[in-house]
Amino acid sequence: MAATTFPAAWAVPRRSFQRTLAIYAKEAKYELLKNLRIPVYAISTVAFPLMFYVLFGIVLGRSDPDSAERATYALATMGCFGVMAVALFGFGVSLAIERGQGWLQVKRASPMPVSAYFGAKLFSAVVFSTAIMLLLLTVGILFGRVHVSFATAAKLVGILVAGSIPFSAMGLAIGYFAKPNSAPAVVNLIYLPMSFCSGLWIPLFLLPHGLQTLAKFLPPFHLSQLALNTVGLGVNPTPAWGHVEALLAFTLICLGFAAWGYRSDEGKTYG
Amino acid sequence: MSAAISPSQIESFSSAPFAEASRNAVAHRPSIATARNLKKSYGSIVALNNVNLEVHAGELLALLGPNGAGKTTLVRMLLGVARPDAGSVTVFGANPYDGQMQARLGAMLQVGRVPETLKVREHIDLFSSYYPNPLPLNETLQIAGLADIKDRPYGELSGGQKQRVLFGIAICGNPDLLFLDEPTVGLDVEARRLMWAQIRTLISRGKTVLLTTHYLNEADALADRIMVLDKGKVIAEGTPTEIKSRAMGKQIRCTSQLTLDEVRRIPGVLSVKTDRNAFEMQVNAAEPVVRELLQRDSWLADLEVTNAGLEEAFLALTQNHNAQPKEN
Repeated sequence: MAATTFPAAWAVPRRSFQRTLAIYAKEAKYELLKNLRIPVYAISTVAFPLMFYVLFGIVLGRSDPDSAERATYALATMGCFGVMAVALFGFGVSLAIERGQGWLQVKRASPMPVSAYFGAKLFSAVVFSTAIMLLLLTVGILFGRVHVSFATAAKLVGILVAGSIPFSAMGLAIGYFAKPNSAPAVVNLIYLPMSFCSGLWIPLFLLPHGLQTLAKFLPPFHLSQLALNTVGLGVNPTPAWGHVEALLAFTLICLGFAAWGYRSDEGKTYG
Repeated sequence: MSAAISPSQIESFSSAPFAEASRNAVAHRPSIATARNLKKSYGSIVALNNVNLEVHAGELLALLGPNGAGKTTLVRMLLGVARPDAGSVTVFGANPYDGQMQARLGAMLQVGRVPETLKVREHIDLFSSYYPNPLPLNETLQIAGLADIKDRPYGELSGGQKQRVLFGIAICGNPDLLFLDEPTVGLDVEARRLMWAQIRTLISRGKTVLLTTHYLNEADALADRIMVLDKGKVIAEGTPTEIKSRAMGKQIRCTSQLTLDEVRRIPGVLSVKTDRNAFEMQVNAAEPVVRELLQRDSWLADLEVTNAGLEEAFLALTQNHNAQPKEN
C-alpha cells in the first residue's frame, strides 16, 4: 500500500464570513428565480388566493351592509391560505422532487452549506408571501372598501409572512417523506381540508360544532386567528399568546419529523 | 521447465512490460482516496461486499461493472452522501462524511431531474460560488462545451447538453478529485466522443478522476487503471491491457471431421458448440488452438478467427465470476 502523506496544501481553508454570505445570497436569488419562472408555481400560489379573495371577499355579498367587514375578514383568512400554499409547495413539493430525483444529492456532494439550501427556500417563501399579502391588501383597499391603518396593515402582513415559518417546517417534513410524484397530491390532500376546517373559507362560527373543536388542533386556525385579531375580527377569546404557542409547538413537531427524515434519507434515494 | 516459449507466453510478454511500467508510475503517487473493507446493504440487497479501493493522485481510475454492481454506492460513500455499514473511507486523509473535503471534490452524478427553469450559466454560477477557488465562469463553459448554450434554460436542452451541464457543475469548482458517475450513459456516439475529449482535457490538467461506466471500451479509452465490480465485489483489477487480456477472447469457426468431444479436449478451448455444420470455439489465444486443429485434421476448412466483441468479453468476465463465486 502506498504511504498516505498529505501535503499541507491539501488542507481546505476556512470559508470567510463574506463568502458564506455570498453563497446564501446567490442560493436565495436563484431559488426565487427558479420559482418565479415555473408558471404552475406562480399561478397556484399567487393567482389562487387572489381569485378566491376577489370571489369570496369582494364579489359575493358586495351590496351587503357588512361588505367591508367581509373583505377585511377574507383578507386575513385568504392571506393565511396563500401563505400556506407558498410554504407547502415551495418547501414540501420542491424538496420532495429535488430529493427524490437526485438533485439534492448533487448539492450535498458539493461544499454548499445545507442551511443555505433551506434558507433559500424560506427566503423564497417569505418573498412570495409578502407579494401575495401586498396584492390582496391593494385589491381589498381599492375594491373591497377595506379600511385599515398603515400600522394595522403592516402588522397583518408581518404576522402572516412570519406564519410561513410553521408551514415551511410542515413542508420540510412532507418533503422528506413524500415521493416526488405524489408530493403535490399529498400537499393538496392535507392543506385544502385543513384550510376548510380551520375556517379559512367559511367563518368558523358557521361550521358544525365538531369542526369548531377540531379547528383548535389545526395550525391555519391559529395563524388566521392571529391575523384576524389584528383587524379586530378574531372570534375566539383565546389570548394571542395561546395561538403563538400552538404554532410554535406545531413547528417543533414538524422539524422533528423533518430531522428524522433527513437522517433516514441517506441511502434511500437513488440507491 | 521447457526451453521453448509457447505462443501464449509470447502474447503475455508483449503486453506485460508496458502494463507494469504504467502501473508502477501510478502506484508511487500518493493515494488521495481510499476505501477499506466497505460493506453496504439496502435491505436484503448487498450493494457492496468487502470492497477495497485506492485512487492515486493524477490517475483516472475506472470502476467498470453492469447496472447494480455497486459502482454508484461506492461513489456516494467517497463523496460522503452515504455511510457504509462497515469499513472506512478517507478522501484527502479525512472522512468525507465530516464535510471538510467537499471543496476539493467535484461530482457528476446521475440525476433524474435538474431544476429546469434556471439557465445553464446560472447553474454554473451558483455551483462555482460554493468553492474557494472556482474556475472563471467562461472557462468552465468552454471546457464543458456550454459556451453556445449558456443562456438556455436547462429544461430546453438535449440529453447530451444536459450531461454537459452536469459535467460543468462537477468541474466548475476546479476540484482536485472528480467523480464521474456514468458520464456518457444515454449519449449518442458523437456526444460520447465529445465527453471523452473533455475528460481527457481534465486529465491533462493533472486532475484525478474516478469514473464509473458499464462500457469496457470507455474504460479502455480513458483509464489508467480499471476495477471491475460485479454484485458488490471487485472481480478484477489492472491496467486496461491486463483487463482486456483477461476479458478478451477469440472465436474460432471451422468445419472439421473431428467430433465435438475431440474439439472440446484441445487445450485452450474454453467452450465449443456446433453451428450448422461448423464448430464455434471460444478461446483465450487463437494461435495454439489453430495449430493443434490443423495438426489433428488435415481436412479442416472454412477457418475463421474473430475477436470476441468487447461487450461480450466483458459479459464473459462477469459471468465467469458468477459461475465460480468462491474464486475471489
